[in-house]
Amino acid sequence: MSTTLKTLAVASAVATAVSGLAHTASAQTNEKCYGVSLAGENDCAAGPGTTCAGTSTVDYQGNAWTLVPAGTCTEIELPTMADGSERTGSLEELERDLPA
Amino acid sequence: MTSFVSALLHPGSAPPSDISAATRDRFDVYRNNVAVSLTEALETAFPVVRSLVGDTFFKAMAGVFLRCHLPGDPRLALYGREMPAFLETFAPAKDLPYLPDIARLEQALRESYHAADAVPLDPAKLMALTEEDLLETSLIFAPATRLRRSKWPIHSICKARGDTTLKPQMTAETVLITRPGYDPRMTLIAPKNAGLVDALYRGQPLGQAASTHPEADLSDVLGILLGQGAVTILDRKANE
Repeated sequence: MSTTLKTLAVASAVATAVSGLAHTASAQTNEKCYGVSLAGENDCAAGPGTTCAGTSTVDYQGNAWTLVPAGTCTEIELPTMADGSERTGSLEELERDLPA
Repeated sequence: MTSFVSALLHPGSAPPSDISAATRDRFDVYRNNVAVSLTEALETAFPVVRSLVGDTFFKAMAGVFLRCHLPGDPRLALYGREMPAFLETFAPAKDLPYLPDIARLEQALRESYHAADAVPLDPAKLMALTEEDLLETSLIFAPATRLRRSKWPIHSICKARGDTTLKPQMTAETVLITRPGYDPRMTLIAPKNAGLVDALYRGQPLGQAASTHPEADLSDVLGILLGQGAVTILDRKANE
C-alpha cells in the first residue's frame, strides 16, 4: 500500500469509528439497578477480602444492584411479590426483599 | 520468624519451639485459620477455575498453592497472581490445559476492577489530528484495560460457567477487558482483529499497526476501544 493510500485508509477508519460512536453512545451507558438480581449474582468483581461480590442472599434483594442498560431498570419483568403486588427494579435502594 | 512461618504452613510439623506449651492448642487453631481463609480467598478470586475443577479439587489445589505462594501484598483482593503459572506445573490439572489461561483472565478481571480511574479519550482529539499525524499516533490505554489472548476459547468457557447446555467450541479467543462503568467487562475480539488490537495495546502507532494487519478492520477496533473507554490519551512521541 502506498503511503498516501495508507494515510487515507487510517483517516477514514478513524472517521468511521468516531461517527459510529455518536450513534451508539446512548445505548452503551449503564445504570445501577436495585432489586433485580438473583441471590448471589449481584455485580461486583472486587474479589476476596471485600464484601460486595455476590453477597446478596435473597432473590431481588432491594439493596443489591446490578448494572443494566440505561433506561431499562424499571422495565425489567420480575415475579410479583408474595402479597400479589407488583415488583419493579429501582435506581434507588429499596426497602423490600431484605435478608432476615 | 522463618521457623514460625514454616510451622504455620506445615500441619504435620511441631509448633515453633519458642511458644509456650499452654498456647500450642491456640497455635493449631491459628494454623488452621490461615489455611482456611486463604483457601476461601482463592475460591472467591477464581470462581470459573473452581467451577471447572469442582470444590473438592479446588480446595486441595488451593492447599498446595497457598503453601508455595503466601500473599506478597496486604491487599487480599489481588492474591493469586502466581496461580496461572502454578496451574501450568500442577500435575493433577494437566488434563485441563486451558485452566492457566482461565486463571489469567480471572486475575485480569480483578486487577481491572482495582485499577486506578482514568478519564476516557475524547474521540474529537483523534479527529483533530492531521492524516499524517494519525499514522504516528499511539494509543495509551486506561489502567483498567487488559488484553488476554489464548489458543483456548477462554471467553466462551467463562461465559458458559454453570450452564452445561453451552458447549464452547475449540477455537482461539482474544478478550479485551475494559471498565466503562463500575465493573470490568469482557469483549470478545473477532479473530481477524485480534492481531491489530494486540499491536495497538502494545503501543504501536496506528499507521504501523494498520499496515502490519491488513486483515483487520481498524474502524471496528477503534469503535470498540473508544466506545468502551479503553483509551485515555494519545501519544505521538513513540516514533520520533
